[in-house]
Amino acid sequence: MGEIVFSGVTKRYGNTVAVDHVTLTVFDGELLVLLGPSGCGKTTLLRLVAGLEDLDEGEISIGGKIVNDVEPKDRDIAMVFQSYALYPHLTVAKNIEFPLRQRGIPHDERQRRVQDVMSRVGIAELAGRKPGQLSGGQRQRVALARAIVRDPQAFLMDEPLSNLDAALRVQTRADIVSLQQRLETTTLYVTHDQVEAMTMGHRIAVVNHGEIQQVSPPQDAYDRPANTFVAGFLGSPGMNLLPAALGEQGPDAGVPSLVVSGGTIPLTPELGAVARTAARFKAGVRPESLSVDPDGSLEASVVIVEALGAEALVICELPDHTQVVVRQDADRHRPGIGETLRIRVDPVGVHLFDAETGLRIEDR
Amino acid sequence: MAPAEVGSRRVARRSRRLREAGLGYLLVLPALSVFGVFVFYPFFRNFKLALYQSPPYPGLPSHYVGLHQVGQVLTSSNFLQSLVTTFLFVVLVVPAGLLVGLFLAVVAHRKLRGIAAYRVIFSSTVVTSVAVSALVFYSLMNPVVGLLPWLGISPHPPVLESTTWALPAVAIMAVWQFIGLSFIIMSAGLQSISEEVLEAARVDGASNWTVFWRVTVPLLSPTLFFGVVVATIYAFQTFGQIDILIGYQNAAYEHVNVLVYNIYTTLVYGENSGRAAVMSIALFLITLVLTLLQLRFIERRVQYAR
Ligand SMILES: Nc1ncnc2c1ncn2[C@@H]1O[C@H](COP(=O)(O)OP(=O)(O)O)[C@@H](O)[C@H]1O
Ligand SMILES: [Mg+2]
Repeated sequence: MGEIVFSGVTKRYGNTVAVDHVTLTVFDGELLVLLGPSGCGKTTLLRLVAGLEDLDEGEISIGGKIVNDVEPKDRDIAMVFQSYALYPHLTVAKNIEFPLRQRGIPHDERQRRVQDVMSRVGIAELAGRKPGQLSGGQRQRVALARAIVRDPQAFLMDEPLSNLDAALRVQTRADIVSLQQRLETTTLYVTHDQVEAMTMGHRIAVVNHGEIQQVSPPQDAYDRPANTFVAGFLGSPGMNLLPAALGEQGPDAGVPSLVVSGGTIPLTPELGAVARTAARFKAGVRPESLSVDPDGSLEASVVIVEALGAEALVICELPDHTQVVVRQDADRHRPGIGETLRIRVDPVGVHLFDAETGLRIEDR
Repeated sequence: MAPAEVGSRRVARRSRRLREAGLGYLLVLPALSVFGVFVFYPFFRNFKLALYQSPPYPGLPSHYVGLHQVGQVLTSSNFLQSLVTTFLFVVLVVPAGLLVGLFLAVVAHRKLRGIAAYRVIFSSTVVTSVAVSALVFYSLMNPVVGLLPWLGISPHPPVLESTTWALPAVAIMAVWQFIGLSFIIMSAGLQSISEEVLEAARVDGASNWTVFWRVTVPLLSPTLFFGVVVATIYAFQTFGQIDILIGYQNAAYEHVNVLVYNIYTTLVYGENSGRAAVMSIALFLITLVLTLLQLRFIERRVQYAR
């Protein structure tokens, strides 16, 4: 069991900075999800922990020991690769046994542990098959079994579910979570899928351009995004972000509202108070805090309506061509394309971000 | 769809297929005719030659003896000794040629600055002419100005005239010449191995040595077996090196007289086309059987899905 600590870790490939001064602690026994768009440096972070890449700056420690110069084989971690990376020439049982062999564990105990793990992840009947004879889901389980068979200090998982179909993904997601809870092994889990991140992680670390944007429990990141990137990345679709300026007094005496293209956005008294400190903002509103309403404060024209079954997304354009997505129940009247309508903004759902830095402006 | 319509479609499809086949044959015709003249015709002509005994003195007509001389040639001490020499040569060349190629491929597989230059150098023996490289080796093994006297070693008789060392010397050169192809084959094999599988092994606790023997080599086995087949055929067919380094007049000639060379000298110096034809067929069959055996073995041993 061990804590993984990144301090000021930087990794460059030529001119590309893949990981940029990352400082992050994965607590002992925690499942921390690294979430970010493709190419943001998630895999590189994992490979740095595994020792498959050398870092350019900073330090990584596992279980209190600095591992910068430690060979991968001596780091005592287990990794599940995105491609699974099973040994094609070995049977399932031998694949799982491989890491135990390398640690000189006696034959009988090896057999016992392999059997044990195979039945735990439900692949006992596949023991004699080669990876080439398995389905994607089965391979994924073998990769998982090979990782958990030897009780390492930490698990590193690189998008382990991305090659599975939707139903299997939901099932395996739950299995990994319960497995991790039972084993209490520190786990660094990489994904670009925010549903995975929201449902699996004790905490999530949102990454962009090699930099950590926010580290917090998933719901916190959703409710209080630290910057415009996190706001726009979390949620599907993400938060609407509108260039805004401080306006005149709103309908409530003493509380200012924001002026945006096509109308105004009302603020709560708390947010109104902090808004006075600056003149220009990015205003963030989630689609569920918007509704189509004849008395709304924003005017927009409908670009497209996406019906998603239980709900519909009304995608509109403000006069300055900023797109705004409104989420509404499917049974509501659906506006037609090109129609001009008014949008009501729930002041409780408004977030303020600095226009320049994109950082969140707290309302307390 | 009406049956008549289905029928007429089928006819149309068949005639289109015929037309395509016709075009296909037309396109391979030039290659086929070249092969016919230089490969197929001599190949079959050789079987006929084997049935005729060459006259004791050149100029007289050869006469038909059927299979009579086949047994004679195949049991002759000249043929048997040649066969032993050939197998000895194969044993000297094949493992060494493959191992050196594998070693260089592993070395050059690493992502280092300037490694591309080494890749070019290592594979260059493929495009080096046998005559040129044989002359280089001839100079290296020269008893007066060669490498050995320079190192202070002057064996007597000289290496290329020694009944013991002539064959190994030719084998060394054959290995050297084969390195390029061996390197290319092994490099291609290494490139087909997933980098992530090797990394998984390292993370799983394997040392570089273990990764190589337990993962790389097993995954390379189709390549290795392919290499064995190619190298064996190559060794069986080595001719130029022997002719240039040793030659017919050399005292050590009898000890490097592999089948290919024996066929050549029998035909050219012995002027015995019947005998040469029988030995050619023997060499052909040996190579064929060995290759088939190796391919069978490959299929059995090296079968694993991706
Ligand atoms: N071996 C490499 N050589 C050069 N650039 C690389 C290499 N690996 C990753 N990169 C670059 O580093 C960045 C981060 O890559 P990666 O960690 O794979 O992203 P992610 O896993 O989040 O999709 C990308 O811009 C990628 O192009
Ligand atoms: Mg990745």
